[in-house]
Amino acid sequence: MKNRLIIACLLSIWILQAKAQDANAILEKVDKNMVSKTEITESEMVIRGKRNVQTIGSKSYTEGNQKSFTEYLYPERERGTKMLKLGDRLWIYSPSTERTIQLSGHMLRQSVMGSDLSYEDMMEDRKLSEIYSGTVLGEEVLEGRKVYVLELIASVEDISYYKRKLWIDQERYIPLQEELFAKSGQLLKKTVMSEIEQIDGRWYPKKINFKDVLKAGEGTDFILKKVQFNPPIPAYIFTKASLKK
Amino acid sequence: MIRFLFKGILRDKNRSMLPIIVISLGVTLTIVLSGFLNGAMTDMVDQNAKFETGHVKIMARAYAENKDQLPNDLALLGVDSLIADLKVNYPDLQWVKRIRFGGILDAPDGNGESKGQGPAAGIAINLLNASSGEVARMNLSNSIVSGSLPKNAKEALIGDEFASKLKLNVGDEVTYFGTTMNGSMTFQNFIISGTIRFGIAAMDRGAILLDITSAQEMLDMKDGTGEILGFYKNGVYDDKSAIALETAFNKRFEDNPDEYAPEMFTLRAQNNLGDLLDYANNMSAIFVIIFVGAMSVVLWNTGLIGGLRRYQEFGIRLALGESKGKIYRSLVLEATFIGIIGSLVGTSLGLLGAFYLQNYGINIEGMVDNSSMMMPTVMRAKVTPALYYIGFIPGVFAMVFGNMLSGIGIYKRETASLFKELEV
Repeated sequence: MKNRLIIACLLSIWILQAKAQDANAILEKVDKNMVSKTEITESEMVIRGKRNVQTIGSKSYTEGNQKSFTEYLYPERERGTKMLKLGDRLWIYSPSTERTIQLSGHMLRQSVMGSDLSYEDMMEDRKLSEIYSGTVLGEEVLEGRKVYVLELIASVEDISYYKRKLWIDQERYIPLQEELFAKSGQLLKKTVMSEIEQIDGRWYPKKINFKDVLKAGEGTDFILKKVQFNPPIPAYIFTKASLKK
Repeated sequence: MIRFLFKGILRDKNRSMLPIIVISLGVTLTIVLSGFLNGAMTDMVDQNAKFETGHVKIMARAYAENKDQLPNDLALLGVDSLIADLKVNYPDLQWVKRIRFGGILDAPDGNGESKGQGPAAGIAINLLNASSGEVARMNLSNSIVSGSLPKNAKEALIGDEFASKLKLNVGDEVTYFGTTMNGSMTFQNFIISGTIRFGIAAMDRGAILLDITSAQEMLDMKDGTGEILGFYKNGVYDDKSAIALETAFNKRFEDNPDEYAPEMFTLRAQNNLGDLLDYANNMSAIFVIIFVGAMSVVLWNTGLIGGLRRYQEFGIRLALGESKGKIYRSLVLEATFIGIIGSLVGTSLGLLGAFYLQNYGINIEGMVDNSSMMMPTVMRAKVTPALYYIGFIPGVFAMVFGNMLSGIGIYKRETASLFKELEV
């Protein structure tokens, strides 16, 4: 009887470890599919306010997970506004005032252009496997695709969302749906990826709907118009001088 | 008779000194406290009206529900036609647009880099059009510490404390950044035309004042405003008229299901000012009731002690044939004179105190440092015509009433036992 108990305990520990390994392996594969060394994207954000819908176009340059540069292209009111992220610092350039202002503190929690995304959300592009430890909760079928359901718990302190729940396509290793939670367990945001296409050998969503569940409305659509993986990006792009160019 | 009584009051100080001191103190306290509390509360209501609530305020329904969050995305639109309508239908009031907004004020150094940032509490009013009365209403000209009022839409006033914190001077350029009505990021440079001190802790910490047209452009609120404030043209809040106006206005829109339809609120219905108004209105009555009650008890006791002391005097007067009624009336008349003297002294001292507090006030800045409530940092009394009689009449009444009670003892004296009592 005693032996049976010990075996049962060991077995359950082994199963948990195996599940944890599975989750980490899945995250590694997701990161491998989604993260590239450099990236240039052209995209649109469709922001549905309570009274109107506005579409904002932008072009972004990204290098690793430390550097990114975004220039807003339209509408006229936003045209020429630029953002530069270097590590954990974020600057915004406004052409109307010709000022470059660093955002810090609670300003980073503000919405980006009235969308359901915060500047903190935009700043966070570390690999999931680096900042979360995960477990596989099970398997489901979502939108006709077989998915793993993962629960990720933060393994670092400086993080916006303590817990994430991900539905990951078993074949294409891409998240199809995500829920972001506060440490209290309160659901904060929901993300749904759709229109998934294979681009340069990677599966990539061309439409992502971000929904801040604490805000009314249908959320913000992020629509990918063009994407280049691993293109050469000149070093000057990621300097403060490029904001005023 | 009157001369005789006066001589008695002046010569027998034991008879008059204590009641005069008691009445003077009571009357002084009543006048000073009534004037001070009335002044402080009127100031609070007045400041709230001028800076925040108006005599009546119109907001969009959805905005009103979350007004503490300054939700300009839920603001009123089409306000020019609404104001034109208000001017025609409610000509007794002056209607003005106001936008309150939050954001960050960034002060650049010589290289355009941030040398300081601070959260800003913005108010946009009609600064450039004198006919709006906003500059006078908010007492801006007298509140300027340095510099001058903005002369164009690109100039702004900021709180003096705020300017010191960001090391800003008049003529410096600052950048405001925040969010537009649609949630976009907005940036705007302003030249500081002057620094200002309202004497309201909640505002002095981070206030920035802009012209309404500049804020409408900056916050993408063309033909929009957060609030429309109505002020009675005589400057005095009329509660009954305001409630009737609110009912009539809101009735016009009660069948409109739009969550952005306008809704009117009286000053009474905002910031818990209703309780404050009622309290301020009843303040004098409360003081008079407390004063008359407490003073009557004290003076009744004083009268009883006096009666005991004058036991022999009343006995002799009765023995000499003076009627009880005459002695009682002379006692009441004497009390009236003492009451008048005490009330005159008390009213004079009370008015002096009230005038002092009206001019100099009591500085409570340290107590309201962290207050978010709209209240003045210097509390002042308000000398009103009522203060000239509010203590006087009850002072006389309390003395007379106290002596009338204590004088009843005269009627209990038995003429038959008078000589026995006077043997001692």
